[in-house]
Amino acid sequence: MSRSQAWRRSLESFVLPFGAILAGLVLFGVFCALVGTNPFGVYASIWKSAFGSASTFQNTLIRAAPLMLSALCTALPARLGLVIIGNEGALVVGGVAAVSAGLAMGLAFPPFVVQIGMAIAGMVAGGIWIGAAGWLRHYRAVNETISSLLLNYVAIALLNHLVGGPMRDPSSLNKPSTYPLAEINMLTSIPGTRVHWGLVYGLVACVIAYFLMQRTTFGFAARTAGGNIRAAKIAGLPVGKLTVVICFLAGSCAGLAGMVEVAAVQGAANESLNVGYGYGGILVAFAARHNPLAAVFMSLLVGGILASGGILQRAHGLPDSTVLIFQGLVFLVVLFSDSLYGRFDFFKEKPVVVAPPSPPPSPGQEPVVLG
Amino acid sequence: MSNRRFLNLSRRQVVRGLLATTAFGLTAKLGTGCSPSGSGGSSTDSTAEGAKPADGEPLTIGFIYVGPKDDYGYNQAHAEGAKGTAAKFSWVKLVEEANVPETTAVAESMRSMIDIDGAKVLFPTSFGYFDPHILKLAEEFPDVQFFHAGGLYEEGKTPKNVGSYFGYIDEAQYVAGVVAALTSKSGKLGFVGAKPIPQVLRNVNSYALGARSVRPDATTQVVFTGNWAEPIKEAEAANSMADQGIDVITCHVDSPKVVMETAEKRGIYCTGYHADQVALAPEGYLTGAEWDWTNIYSKIAEEVHSGKSLQDGTIEHILRGGLKDGFCKLSAYGPAVSEDTKKAAEAAKAGLIDGSLVIYTGEVKDNKGGVVVKAGESLPQKEPKLEGMNYLVEGVLGSVGG
Repeated sequence: MSRSQAWRRSLESFVLPFGAILAGLVLFGVFCALVGTNPFGVYASIWKSAFGSASTFQNTLIRAAPLMLSALCTALPARLGLVIIGNEGALVVGGVAAVSAGLAMGLAFPPFVVQIGMAIAGMVAGGIWIGAAGWLRHYRAVNETISSLLLNYVAIALLNHLVGGPMRDPSSLNKPSTYPLAEINMLTSIPGTRVHWGLVYGLVACVIAYFLMQRTTFGFAARTAGGNIRAAKIAGLPVGKLTVVICFLAGSCAGLAGMVEVAAVQGAANESLNVGYGYGGILVAFAARHNPLAAVFMSLLVGGILASGGILQRAHGLPDSTVLIFQGLVFLVVLFSDSLYGRFDFFKEKPVVVAPPSPPPSPGQEPVVLG
Repeated sequence: MSNRRFLNLSRRQVVRGLLATTAFGLTAKLGTGCSPSGSGGSSTDSTAEGAKPADGEPLTIGFIYVGPKDDYGYNQAHAEGAKGTAAKFSWVKLVEEANVPETTAVAESMRSMIDIDGAKVLFPTSFGYFDPHILKLAEEFPDVQFFHAGGLYEEGKTPKNVGSYFGYIDEAQYVAGVVAALTSKSGKLGFVGAKPIPQVLRNVNSYALGARSVRPDATTQVVFTGNWAEPIKEAEAANSMADQGIDVITCHVDSPKVVMETAEKRGIYCTGYHADQVALAPEGYLTGAEWDWTNIYSKIAEEVHSGKSLQDGTIEHILRGGLKDGFCKLSAYGPAVSEDTKKAAEAAKAGLIDGSLVIYTGEVKDNKGGVVVKAGESLPQKEPKLEGMNYLVEGVLGSVGG
């Protein structure tokens, strides 16, 4: 394959998702027209409220930040051929562990150390949560999708138990919560914005995940095992170890998202931890085709859609579920576009036509060179 | 191999598509997280503190709900109040957002209501919006007044521009308990609660005390579902109550819809909560404890419009009231309520309104035999002890521990 053809492949993986998003927008416009709203006015409002100005773009970033980390929890194991949907559970246990660490360390250490401690606690807890699903998968042949889904419910029940019982702050009467973290230990905002540092955590994690999977022998081994597990075993790859390690890393990303949620937003663990970032992350991971870098852009897209939800209700009088319809249409089209890869000749790498070498001249028939 | 393919998609592709679609369905509550900074450089509002708007000048009021506006429950009650207020005064400009989770989403919603729509008064109606979201925004926008349902205003600690309002709806539950006990044949009542927190326990206890005030042998079975919106568990609880011979049920969850519909389907009676649910159970609906937010919201809107504010103390930071002050009311009696029952209910209501009847008057025992209100002691509604209630009274079957 000649190198000069590679751009067609790259172009395909850009054009298809963006074309799909455009198609989704058109479909949503049809929907708006059907309910009697001017679709172009709606497009303008969405643009304005999601990406239009520095302040509204921050709204999008704020909403996108937790989705990046949460999406990695599905995207990483997917390269190994595993469908993990335990993001919500890992996020919740990560948040609870981070609060426990933050409260235990209290004011005895400098805030920076406490924050690192909370992050490690959240990552380890989330990692063990999903790592367990990976372990069950490999060593006990338990379906990882089902086990990770069920672990979500276990995690939420655990949260409700701890927050309502052993870890409850008695002064939180009508919304049971843990004791609050010390103000000084909270994650701050990125200077000049109202976006907290969790966004940077998400970006860094996505970039690291990309290099880990695409540019290291470890990632290569994982992708090989994902391609054909028996071939990988025959080749001597430690498939079991790979499964557990990848699942641990995936869970620790979601656990970190939980830590960010408690340390930057809520200040304590309570039922607000469990509001669906985990499920949002699954969506982002699938739409990004499990590519960590694409997950960044998909998170921004979802963040933008969510940010525009308010204006659709306030300025256009559309019902509150409109934003879900919008999101649903975009995602259905994006997922459908997945089946179009390789269907367009334009994006196919053209076989390089090499002219067959002219047959060697037979003896006696050499061209006569005159002169 | 090819006969196992469907529409040219491999099984893996189909499974993935289905999973992703399911995941999408689960994101109905999708929210996002992170916090606004206290000093994020956003502009503050132009109206100077205490500036009196000229009569007829529009006042933009923002309402934020945690669920849909038509849930037959908590959110609908608030949305009706908002709508009623806007209908009353031509100068009210209403901006609303529904289904806003208790995360940064609500902070962003409040911010854009202030920045983009120019809202001067905000009613973020869910309890969980308060800490940290309202507190942070209130510091950033000192000229905007935040009124919060059920919030905890602490003098000197909470920003001056935050007010808290809530009603003693347990008075209406007490009257509903009277109606329930007199209408019930078995004397067994049921109560589906969300969580064993003080607000819910107070309603359960008042309901049970109302029932036992007219029928001392009445029992109230309580079931906690563990969360505010658990339609499946609510239906299970209502069904199992019907199976046990309980013939009147009520609830304290975000949306009473499922409980009311289940009761009607099982042919038993129900009393409503939050809003009027007679449409869901036309046969069995007896009465219901309803909020009357239109009344409260129009009062607050009028005060703000006339130049009063929380900041200068001309509007009270803590607004509380019951039947007397119009915070709550009772639904119209259903067809199954007899004339005698109506009389008893009206008598209880009159007693609560004129103050001759105090719900928590000793001696009140909890359902483990301990005395919670001593004989001769009487706890008025404003009593802080009631706000920290952690017991179930005698006659309630169930436990706080879950």
